[in-house]
Amino acid sequence: MPSLPDMGTPDVMALARAAADAQPHPHDPHVADLALRPAFFDWLCRMGDNALILGHRLSEWCGHGPALEEDIALANTALDLIGHAQLWLGLAAEVEGQGRSADDLAFLRDTLKFRNVKLVELPNGDMAVTLVRQFLFDAWAFGMLKGLATSTSPRVAGIAAKALKEVSYHLERSSDLVVRLGDGTGESHARMQDALDRLWPYAGELFAADAVDEAVAAAGIAPALADLKPDWQRIVDEVLAEATLTRPEVRFDVHLGGKQGRHTEHLGYILAPMQFLQRAYPGASW
Amino acid sequence: MYAQMVKSEGTAAAEMSPEERAFQDRIDRGEKIEPRDWMPDDYRKTLIRQMGQHAHSEIVGQLPEGNWITRAPTLERKAILLAKVQDEAGHGLYLYSAAETLGVSRDELFEKLHSGAMKYSSIFNYPTLTWADMGAVGWLVDGAAIMNQVPLQRTSYGPYARAMVRICKEESFHQRQGYAIMMKMAQGTPEQKEMAQDALNRFWGSALMMFGPSDKDSVHSARSMAWRIKMNTNDELRQKFVDETVPQADYLGLTVPDETCVWNAERGHYDFADPDWEEFFEVLKGNGPCNAERLQARRDAWENGAWFRDGLNAYAGKAAARRAAAALAAE
Repeated sequence: MPSLPDMGTPDVMALARAAADAQPHPHDPHVADLALRPAFFDWLCRMGDNALILGHRLSEWCGHGPALEEDIALANTALDLIGHAQLWLGLAAEVEGQGRSADDLAFLRDTLKFRNVKLVELPNGDMAVTLVRQFLFDAWAFGMLKGLATSTSPRVAGIAAKALKEVSYHLERSSDLVVRLGDGTGESHARMQDALDRLWPYAGELFAADAVDEAVAAAGIAPALADLKPDWQRIVDEVLAEATLTRPEVRFDVHLGGKQGRHTEHLGYILAPMQFLQRAYPGASW
Repeated sequence: MYAQMVKSEGTAAAEMSPEERAFQDRIDRGEKIEPRDWMPDDYRKTLIRQMGQHAHSEIVGQLPEGNWITRAPTLERKAILLAKVQDEAGHGLYLYSAAETLGVSRDELFEKLHSGAMKYSSIFNYPTLTWADMGAVGWLVDGAAIMNQVPLQRTSYGPYARAMVRICKEESFHQRQGYAIMMKMAQGTPEQKEMAQDALNRFWGSALMMFGPSDKDSVHSARSMAWRIKMNTNDELRQKFVDETVPQADYLGLTVPDETCVWNAERGHYDFADPDWEEFFEVLKGNGPCNAERLQARRDAWENGAWFRDGLNAYAGKAAARRAAAALAAE
């Protein structure tokens, strides 16, 4: 076996840092745009927090999945999303310009400062809830990331291009499972329909634009949320039809506010364990 | 290895049938045994027990580390830990698949795990109490597992040997990740160093136990060694582990919790005290700190997932029927 103490020695770490620093970022006029800064920062936190909180929720399944393959797939999806969160929050911290890092944003903000939609913080429930939540989100994220390919911010377009590859696969997988379980047994159908009925009133927040969304859309950084809706509805309708599930009659934009920091009670219980070590041992390096 | 106390009975050379003799000769020549080859019933049974136990250990082993995924201190650490625990699930998958080539299904093996008829490694019945435990588990538990598993890459059963090649690559990466956590902690604040030392104190003895009872008390290994299912004796591997681990602890500035652990120049090895075998047998009997919780977590995952698996099976049946109907209509 190779000698373990070789790793993490100062010279090795210095080499790794030098290699990372040598990777130039493309010039991005938006990153230093003071007028846009508050909205751009907020929007990047929304993108990052959606990925972080959903990834965190999925990671709770690890070791408890209904089949080994599913356990692995859920962990894999969680891993992708945590990776996206690192990128979005890293850029958010850079745009903010206050010397904070992605980790500072993830581990040292309190509930009111989190910008994810309520949908992603809802408890996992059974696999039906987890999968329907994932599907509704994936279908939105897929359209959003596709739209970001033509962003006027090269940094945003770069992150989106990487994330889109993974999210395309997430959507394929969650759509497929929604179809299979919707059109499976009577019990799996009932559970999926129940999950859909419960989650539907949260889905609309993904499309509820406010001044932040409008500012980044006006700057050409992100697509207007309303423009994403027709494709999302088409994907959702197609998958639900094949799954023999019924799209709920109720409004889908009942539970709003997460994006502005008004969350459900559940978010506090996600942050408490997540932030425990950073809060209990301030300044320690891990 | 994650298999412990796997018993193998066998026949003495003089009583071997011609088939058994030819089988043993193939193994002695270093040939691999493949699924369709003839093999003695006991070889098959012993392998199923050993590979099944190993597979169970991988998936139960997800739990103590999974315990800290939601509390990992940085995004990078969270991603690394998640990837690691996912790897363990993947190892379970390789090993259940390899065991299937011997004619036992994954569901049958699960049933035996859930009923308690099959065991998993006792190490996973200990709790993970601080973040330093994520370091200690990677460094010591994966480290001990590697000691056992590296020789198994040369084991006589082909599918098992090939699974072990992949598993060993990932495990040695896990051990490095664990050691990297220990380095951060040992060089960190006084609280972090205290956590690191405490984790070493708690996992040292149970890591030594992972190699199984002393050779003088382990009467069942001769046949497994002849079959090249077991490649080294428990005591050989335990000594090798101690010899490699003590200098690694020294480098961290941590102390192995054994006053008798000193270099013996005459033997060319470290001396060390036996772990508490009474505790080992108690944990094996089900009286360890987390036995009940670990097994319950696995049973719950299985039972709560029944509707999910049934749903997928039902859909697959319907889809097959639809394809058949479409093919018929096309004729």
